[in-house]
Amino acid sequence: MATSTTIWEKLGFRKASGVTEAGWGQTLLAGLVSLIYFLPVLLIIITSFKVQNEAMSVPPKFFPTSFFGLIPDVYVFSPTLENFTSVFSRAFVTGGAVESTGFDRFFFNSMFIAGSSVLLALVIGTLAAYGFSRYPLKGNDTYLFIILTTRMLPAIVVIIPIILMFRIAGLSGSYPGIILLYTAFNLPFTIWMMKSFFDELSLDVEDAARIDGSSELRVFFKICLPQVVAGLAATFVFGLILTWNEFLFALLLTGIDTRTVPVAMNQAVAGGGIGVLWGLLAAIETLFLIPVFLVTFFLQNHLLRGVTFGTVKR
Amino acid sequence: MSTIEVKKITKKYGEFLAVKDASLSVKAGEVVCLLGPSGCGKTTTLRMIAGLERATEGDVIIAGKRMNDLPPEKRDIAMVFQFYALYPALNVGQNIAMPLHFEKLSKDESDKRVNKVAKILHLTEVLDRMPGQVSEGEKQRIAVARAIVRDPNCFLFDEPLSRLDVELRHSMRGQIKEVLSNLSKATVIVTHDQLEALTMADRIAIMRDGMIEQVGTPHEVFAKPANVFVASFIGTPQMNLMEADLKSFNKGMASVSLAGSAVEMAADPAVSTLKPSKVMIGIRPRAFTAESSAGKSTIRAQAELIEPMGAETLVHARTKLGGDIRVVVPRTQRVKIGEVLHLKPDPKQTHFFGENGRAVRA
Repeated sequence: MATSTTIWEKLGFRKASGVTEAGWGQTLLAGLVSLIYFLPVLLIIITSFKVQNEAMSVPPKFFPTSFFGLIPDVYVFSPTLENFTSVFSRAFVTGGAVESTGFDRFFFNSMFIAGSSVLLALVIGTLAAYGFSRYPLKGNDTYLFIILTTRMLPAIVVIIPIILMFRIAGLSGSYPGIILLYTAFNLPFTIWMMKSFFDELSLDVEDAARIDGSSELRVFFKICLPQVVAGLAATFVFGLILTWNEFLFALLLTGIDTRTVPVAMNQAVAGGGIGVLWGLLAAIETLFLIPVFLVTFFLQNHLLRGVTFGTVKR
Repeated sequence: MSTIEVKKITKKYGEFLAVKDASLSVKAGEVVCLLGPSGCGKTTTLRMIAGLERATEGDVIIAGKRMNDLPPEKRDIAMVFQFYALYPALNVGQNIAMPLHFEKLSKDESDKRVNKVAKILHLTEVLDRMPGQVSEGEKQRIAVARAIVRDPNCFLFDEPLSRLDVELRHSMRGQIKEVLSNLSKATVIVTHDQLEALTMADRIAIMRDGMIEQVGTPHEVFAKPANVFVASFIGTPQMNLMEADLKSFNKGMASVSLAGSAVEMAADPAVSTLKPSKVMIGIRPRAFTAESSAGKSTIRAQAELIEPMGAETLVHARTKLGGDIRVVVPRTQRVKIGEVLHLKPDPKQTHFFGENGRAVRA
């Protein structure tokens, strides 16, 4: 069999053996594009290992080692973990005593508040979505639309009435307050997502379970829920990312004890007379990335199935 | 006793009448097929028996008890769905064991029952797999296994074989028939495939537009169709239905003008009740013999299209009036395109239908 190799194939843009697999040229191109997108995050991670003057240096120092002299010294920084320790405790005044910054508390707050509100929204939202999907009300779509309208205004518009309501209800600065707020904030999204997952399920399977003697509760828990695990995972992760990064409500509605990391970060980096402490900021951000990164990483198989759900029929 | 009785059942979706006054009774051990074209209400009827749909009017009586108001889980029935409806999150063994859950059996007893049906349906090897990892034929057998693992009042099958390829369908038909004959339960099978109905059923109920047109044994619905619809629906190739002028009826012989030929043929005595008028005459394609010359009771037609079907040959012939007659001749009888045929219908297989479309029979 005579095979003619085109210039594109030589460059690895198409595998001669099959059309469904990417050649190394394509892979490289995709890698480059990804790198461009990932660059800001990468810079933050690198910066978190630099001391202040190296963080500010021009040209920027990209490499933690010179790779045996391959890279000119001007691009090389000496990595340090100092920023990470000062996230949790540092001297606030030069030469002063080392004090705790309270960031351990803020990280706990972020995890606790985001985790519990997203889980709460998931429980309520999944039940509601099942109801909307299986036992539609008269004017079902109107209800769903109304639920979505609560997210149609920018947060800044609704914040004032919410602050007033929280003051009156005594929820300002408390865990239940911010958790309930984030739950409400996540619910529309959760209901819409989960409803679409339930809509995709085969009704025959549920009918079969009924005929086999299952009650409605058992149909939901044993038959429907296991089929939408991917959807639950996807909804959980998206909700978590949104809540994890939320700043405005957290700024205005959390107290000192319930402060979340995004708010604390903002307040921590304004470093007196010496400007923004870039290394410290980058270290907080790097630590802040880890929990969401881990959750996403462990749920990624489900996530992929979740976001592609319904594209393959039966 | 395992019986099903459906009394004047009606289902309305808003203004749309899906099933109208359908009545049917299934004795213990009897297999009844609901047969009809798509959208005729047969699945709706089945779902009403199962309790998945509520009957707008009429009664569903299972095992002598009126079940109209009971949910499906209280009716003690087993059903096999068209798309199998296996539980995706449970493995094959758990799928089959699902109906046993509420019988509060011990694990051993439940395993024993599952293994027994798995053996009958050749599923022992796939018990640990997930439904997504088994073949289409296995899925079908799992669905059947799940239905027969328990000892329900009756069995319902919704187009059980429609998703299988021809060969599998053939072998599953036999397997299901065998399994059912050992269980002696009232069984209703919904199908649109007449071959499936004719081979599996003890009796067939033919439905059209939400109404049951005829209930009878496979032999009855084939040999004595109650009306024009049943006549045209049952049998392949389709029965020839031709408009004819009934001229007179005398001593068992009817003279008609059929497809442009004046034909005399023996007819059912009941035909005498018809006034000389337009009638519909139905003759099966296999009920013709091609005579060598024109006679008193032959129809003249010219062969137009020849379709060899293996053992037999299907000939489409054009009559003098331009209508199409389907004739099946043995393979050995060579017919050429353009050849003039003198077709003699077998009077015993000739059906007269009155103006209302109903068969005229004594």
